Amino acid sequence: MLEIRGINKSFATRQVLTNMSFTIAPGRMTGFVGGNGAGKTTTMRILLGVLGSDSGEVLLNRSPLSEQDRRRIGYMPEERGLYPKMKVAEQITYFARLHGLSADAAKRNTATLLEQLGLGERGGDTIESLSLGNQQRAQIAAALVHDPIALVLDEPFSGLDPLAVDVVLAVLKERAQAGVPVLFSSHQLDIVERLCDDIVIISGGQVRAAGPAQSLRDAHRGNRFSLDGSADAGWVREVPGISVLNFDGGHVEFDADTAERAQLVLRGALERGEVHAFTPVRPSLAQIYREVVQ
Amino acid sequence: MSTTRPTTPDAPSVLSTTWLVAEREMTQRLRSKAFLFSSASLIVLVLIGVLLSGFAAGGGFSGDEKTRVAAAGPVAALLDTQTFDVESVASNEDARALVREGSVDAAVIAEQPTQKNPTGVTIIARDKAPDGLSDALTLRPQVELLSGDGVTGPLRFIMALAFGLIFMMSAVTFGSVIAQSVVEEKSTRIVEILMSTISVRVLLAGKVLGNSLLAFAQVAAIAAVAIVGLSATGQDALLAGVGAPIIWFVVFFIFGFVLLAALFAGLASLVSRQEDVGSAITPVTMLVMIPYFGVAFFNDNPVVMSVLSYVPFSAPVGMPVRLFFGDALWWEPLVSLAILLVSVVLVILLAARIYRGSLLHTGGKLKLSEALRG
Repeated sequence: MLEIRGINKSFATRQVLTNMSFTIAPGRMTGFVGGNGAGKTTTMRILLGVLGSDSGEVLLNRSPLSEQDRRRIGYMPEERGLYPKMKVAEQITYFARLHGLSADAAKRNTATLLEQLGLGERGGDTIESLSLGNQQRAQIAAALVHDPIALVLDEPFSGLDPLAVDVVLAVLKERAQAGVPVLFSSHQLDIVERLCDDIVIISGGQVRAAGPAQSLRDAHRGNRFSLDGSADAGWVREVPGISVLNFDGGHVEFDADTAERAQLVLRGALERGEVHAFTPVRPSLAQIYREVVQ
Repeated sequence: MSTTRPTTPDAPSVLSTTWLVAEREMTQRLRSKAFLFSSASLIVLVLIGVLLSGFAAGGGFSGDEKTRVAAAGPVAALLDTQTFDVESVASNEDARALVREGSVDAAVIAEQPTQKNPTGVTIIARDKAPDGLSDALTLRPQVELLSGDGVTGPLRFIMALAFGLIFMMSAVTFGSVIAQSVVEEKSTRIVEILMSTISVRVLLAGKVLGNSLLAFAQVAAIAAVAIVGLSATGQDALLAGVGAPIIWFVVFFIFGFVLLAALFAGLASLVSRQEDVGSAITPVTMLVMIPYFGVAFFNDNPVVMSVLSYVPFSAPVGMPVRLFFGDALWWEPLVSLAILLVSVVLVILLAARIYRGSLLHTGGKLKLSEALRG
């Protein structure tokens, strides 16, 4: 488990991170969400030791992350880069070796990974001769080749076509299932919503919400409900304390001022006919995000 | 799946990681056609230089056309047949006749010594005695010099120039290569992955090491070509006097080069685009010029030379030149080397600091003070 605890960071007089704390659990994908300039990249850089922090610490399994541990994390920075004139396989092998793998293990891992990412045929080509999407895959290979103990990926899906997203996703999920903590940042809230077990939302250098996706949505659920029944739902509009968001025949979605009031609507519906469904409406990640960053 | 099998790598040592970085630098460089071409042309240039100096020493390209000289009687033995085509004739009259009809350039005859002509030897020519003939017949006293080995004038200048030129060429060539490689990593943003994997010092050390080794190999190749060329063209005497200073030059070159390489890397890291490399490294390029011009212009000014042989940037040229002419005492190169070593350590620390402070900075040129602040 990777843990970020109480990290503060200022550039000159500007405080960019304030008491940043969250955990990245093993075997789970953690989505890191925040607007531009919220501090995602800075946090990741501090996690990787590329940047120093003013205070706070990074823990791996409850003990401070050592240089050796850091070297075994897989990192994909937001600003991509590989040596343009170096061959793909050669380059990935080089990174594996820098991360401490033996020459043999480095070669072996490179071959398997390139195959898995659909770059098996391109190992002998230079990076600059690859399409942008393939360069991106090579970049991911560079972050994964040393069998990292944790993965930190800054916007791993930006610039990927939907097919490539699936390929990369499969590889990441496989790593997560093997027990590796995976943290990735993204602007694309729908992707994060679809993929992540845990979510950390930051804004202005502070954590605004963090936890398992499900409990976050429960926590921000409010008193919004939807009801499907056989009777026309027009009457719901007349109930005091209820504001209807939309209704269509037997379907209605509404906000109730209290939970009891919602039960009142349910009872009313049962009196008027059959009820097929009555569920709390969980907000989408985008809604939660808007709510917490305001 | 097979890729998720955890491998537990041993902690790789700083040295092996440095070597990995150095190895990559060298492999990339050796694959570059531009690099191979420039190295090859430099070596060819040196070879041509050596051969030209060989011809010059042997009397120019026309050296194989000997002066034809007729000699009557025992005087023929005075003439070196390497330089002169000697035709022995029976009498002084025959010799005069050959000169008159133009089948020889000159004649040498021996007559009874007189007051006016104590050796009794006379050169007979039509308009003018051929070059060198008179000298060849002149008795000259042996010269013994008590201070130094008496190398002066043009040779002194040429030696100073050669050391200076080799040092400057290597430093500028490989310095800009290092600078470009630093900026390449910045401009392609690969540096962030590198920094998350290995320490900045190791990265810097690997770069400096890899490029320095290539520079040393190139200089060694040049030296080998020069030595083989000098002995092949019969300039062994020059070679003998150069031996020890060359060894000192190599020692000084190694550390002097590392000093400059670290500076090149540090300054280059201030910018993020290849277009800006030139202006960023101008200060070091100037520093590299100092020993070259200093030594070239002041090689016979002992005060300036002494100073140059201690200043870390010019010592690699200044000290070997002074040693070559026997101007330096035995302890002087050691002191100068010590100064150089201390400067190397300081400059590497400084460069690593600049490097670390500026690697993540993109956009325009970073101010030195900002980089040092980190």
